[in-house]
Amino acid sequence: MFANPMILFIQVMNSLSLAMNLFIIAAGLTLIFGVLRIVNFAHGAFYMVGAYVALSILRVTGDSNLGFLLGVLGAGALMGAMAFVVERGLLSRLYDKEHMLQLLFTFALVLVIKDLVKMIWGSGQYSIGAPPFLRGAVNLGISPYPKYALFLCVMGPIIAVAIWFFMERTRWGRILRAAREDRVMLNALGTDVKLVYSGVFVTGAALAAMGGALAAPRSAVDPGMDSLVIIDAFIIVIIGGLGSLLGSFVGALILGFLTVMGSIYLKEWVIVASYVMMVVILLVRPWGLFGKADEERH
Amino acid sequence: MTMCSASTWEGNEMSLLQVEAINVCYGLSKVLHDVSLKIETGELVALVGRNGVGKSTTMRAIMGITPPASGKILWKGQPITRRPSHLNARAGLGYVPEERRIFGSLTVWENLDVARLPPREGLEPWTEDRVFALFPDLERFRNRPGGLLSGGQQQMLTIARTLMGNPELILLDEPSEGVAPLIVAQIGEKIRELRDAGVSIIMAEQNLDFVLNLSDRCYVLEKGVVVYHGTAAELRDNKDVQNRYLHI
Ligand SMILES: Nc1ncnc2c1ncn2[C@@H]1O[C@H](COP(=O)(O)OP(=O)(O)OP(=O)(O)O)[C@@H](O)[C@H]1O
Ligand SMILES: [Mg+2]
Repeated sequence: MFANPMILFIQVMNSLSLAMNLFIIAAGLTLIFGVLRIVNFAHGAFYMVGAYVALSILRVTGDSNLGFLLGVLGAGALMGAMAFVVERGLLSRLYDKEHMLQLLFTFALVLVIKDLVKMIWGSGQYSIGAPPFLRGAVNLGISPYPKYALFLCVMGPIIAVAIWFFMERTRWGRILRAAREDRVMLNALGTDVKLVYSGVFVTGAALAAMGGALAAPRSAVDPGMDSLVIIDAFIIVIIGGLGSLLGSFVGALILGFLTVMGSIYLKEWVIVASYVMMVVILLVRPWGLFGKADEERH
Repeated sequence: MTMCSASTWEGNEMSLLQVEAINVCYGLSKVLHDVSLKIETGELVALVGRNGVGKSTTMRAIMGITPPASGKILWKGQPITRRPSHLNARAGLGYVPEERRIFGSLTVWENLDVARLPPREGLEPWTEDRVFALFPDLERFRNRPGGLLSGGQQQMLTIARTLMGNPELILLDEPSEGVAPLIVAQIGEKIRELRDAGVSIIMAEQNLDFVLNLSDRCYVLEKGVVVYHGTAAELRDNKDVQNRYLHI
């Protein structure tokens, strides 16, 4: 089965690079859920917007390293600004309402964003090239490997450590964790919790958009790209435990390996495999691998 | 001794906090009826009354957590009725809730850190060191998650956390509830120290001895109405009010 170590190595690397790509999306999703307790169906749509915005920025700047960087940052900035307007104008009115309304709202957002994308960019399929300095392959000893996929493998852990550091080692992170536990009390201690919520939603949306821009060179940019990724992102945060960053990281690794290895060794069964895995994990741990049983909230 | 109903204070000089005839409702049920009270700088005022008479609701109304449907709340003469609670905290009001509401997954130090507000003019600023000097037990557990502390330690932490905001007035809800008798005496000591440090305090309590030992003045609540108000000494001598509204 594992006849060739070179092929196995490439498969492992492909799994990792897919896993890290998915992790970047899942991290924002789990961050928003962790603090706001809102399941954001529109997260995939934010991801898609990021890819399209990067596309448009690259058209202006031309194909260059700087253009790519601007594309990624611009995608995050623009999506973040849009998320701010949506959160302040609409979503913030739903925090005290029942969950179903919040779900319906983020679902409506998906439909609106998809149509806007089609109106602005059309229904065609586009592609974005990797930035010049990440084109071609690099020799990793065992085998050459595409630089861009390797870049994604590295970005994932960097983003994970950055978010972990922010949450655990900075005052803002401590405030987010306090907001997650008891927002009324935090408010009474002098923190403007509404502002915290806006900040989290904007950051999560910007992460999704930057994830979309980063993923664009290894997938097609089209109006259906959000659907695929949102399902994967949900599988990841559910098996990892909603709201847990470490859970998302591990969940992304599991799904990345299952998808890549599964498509080789399980063939068409791979689609079933990810759902079977989710069911098995939830049977053993109903709140996911690193999730906590729903604690009481004020 | 005075029987107290809405706005019966003598003189118009500005108090630290004035509550004028507030009414508070939860949904359709009204739980506070024209409650009025005031506190001067440096005072320790107690709200006493049996279970469910509206002591906590009064505090939440002042803090802006459960805003009153009508009536006025004045902070140093300025209206703060229905102002969001983070602005009240920044203006110098501190709230220590009855349920303590420690952030259980944050360590003791992190609980203090998230409550930090800028120093206030005329008051010695509260730092971790000063808070730990007041509550030495907390320093030993500074890296322990708040959720793992004992009841008495959590009570100290919730007070310490509010102090980090440098409050001029603390709304202290049932500090003696659910802690061992020995710790109650300790907490009483701490409250006295705070008040000596110049912090004004409104304290809700069911423990009458505790209240009479510590407070300057008392308001007695019954079913959402202020039915009596007087100095601690007056209330100590008034067995009639005690029997009617306080003893079980
Ligand atoms: N969130 C709420 N929703 C509805 N009713 C409430 C709520 N909180 C309190 N009440 C009711 O309001 C009344 C006053 O409650 P409050 O907690 O202010 O009393 P308390 O004097 O603090 O009592 P305790 O000594 O038990 O703390 C009670 O009848 C209580 O049942
Ligand atoms: Mg109470």
